[in-house]
Amino acid sequence: MTCEESRSFLHAYLDGELDAPHAAEFGRHLQSCSNCGRALQALESVRSSVQNAGLREALPPGFENKVRIQLDKISPRASSPRSPMNFPAWSWLAAAAVLLLVVAGSWRFVQRNRSGAEPAASAADSAAAELVDAHIRALQPGHLTDVTSTDQHTVKPWFDGKIAFAPPVPDFAAQDFPLVGGRLDVFQGRTVAALVYGRRKHFVSVFIWPDTTEDMERYSGTWNGYQWISWKQSGLRFCAVADTNRDDLATLKDLFSR
Amino acid sequence: MEDREQFDRLVLLQFRAAFNSARWLLRSREDAEDVTQDALLRAFRFFSGFHGSDARAWLLQIVRNTCFTWMEKNRPMDSAVEFDESLHLSPLPGPEAQAVAGSERERLTKALEQLAPRSREVLVLRELEGCSYKEIASITDMPIGTVMSTLARARERLQQLLSQPGTKEAVHDL
Repeated sequence: MTCEESRSFLHAYLDGELDAPHAAEFGRHLQSCSNCGRALQALESVRSSVQNAGLREALPPGFENKVRIQLDKISPRASSPRSPMNFPAWSWLAAAAVLLLVVAGSWRFVQRNRSGAEPAASAADSAAAELVDAHIRALQPGHLTDVTSTDQHTVKPWFDGKIAFAPPVPDFAAQDFPLVGGRLDVFQGRTVAALVYGRRKHFVSVFIWPDTTEDMERYSGTWNGYQWISWKQSGLRFCAVADTNRDDLATLKDLFSR
Repeated sequence: MEDREQFDRLVLLQFRAAFNSARWLLRSREDAEDVTQDALLRAFRFFSGFHGSDARAWLLQIVRNTCFTWMEKNRPMDSAVEFDESLHLSPLPGPEAQAVAGSERERLTKALEQLAPRSREVLVLRELEGCSYKEIASITDMPIGTVMSTLARARERLQQLLSQPGTKEAVHDL
């Protein structure tokens, strides 16, 4: 392959759009040609600066709602929400957790708040670990909320149509848990609702998803320094995660359960 | 009714892609807000005609058409030179303005806005929306070969713009 030929493959190679034989040929050329290697590096660096500069414009606040209202005028949504998916998460997690604990040798010891390590409790622990990780990821700049509003009447409709259930969106500003916003998160491969509350200088994520199992237990624990507490009400499973103290989360849970 | 549910399921998730595309096509957040809203309502009206699998590409095509129609009406000067790769429409910031524009994001935004419209469009679809060549071809109605050459040109130009922060590119280009 000559350099001239190689230049015509450079971009397709960078974009992963080169077929295997050409990619292999291009790779061989790169090993022997430092000029083309440098050209590729320069392109990669421009690309990563474009991709990492936050240039993808975020939706203006209230935009989705505005469009929804317009859409509702043209065609109202069906009044009954689609039935929630039957997803016995915590029960099949029990089985998955055993597998996870065997496979993931590097997993830290998960503190259990119950004496015996029954499957349900350890399933809750590993599920909570995943949610704690989701919470930590969300704390990275720009990830905390998809819809940022202290107004429950903005946050609640935002979830419409994005998930197949309607999470409650209470505001507890009067009790020192002001609503900050909401986002979608992924837990065990499916989309769940996450509400974000402020608590002094901390944030609490409350994950919510439909739970059709019989499991009414309340679980709690600690993972990586984060507290979590999980409960069920009205067919929904809740899990609150934060780096505040455990009492704060218990208070929040009680506010939800009122 | 059924359409509305389908639409919510397939298209609502693409709101941000739609808005982002419009913002870079129009080079204005404010205009993009109105135009994206129009485009989404149009998309809903045409939705019964959508039978494909790629809702994003389908929607972005509509966003693109809506943007061009809007520009013809509201910025006739712009749309006349829409496809002229050699012209740059925005007044270029002088060296002093660029020195003030501190952040990397601002620097890149300026560079991206200085690209020819078609180059910018292809680059945005590729780098910010992660579209494949095939998707870009279907959104922009260009042959894949043209997508590739436009993308190559866009990246080279961007490299140039980013490596010579103080120079007035327009002089060189005109």
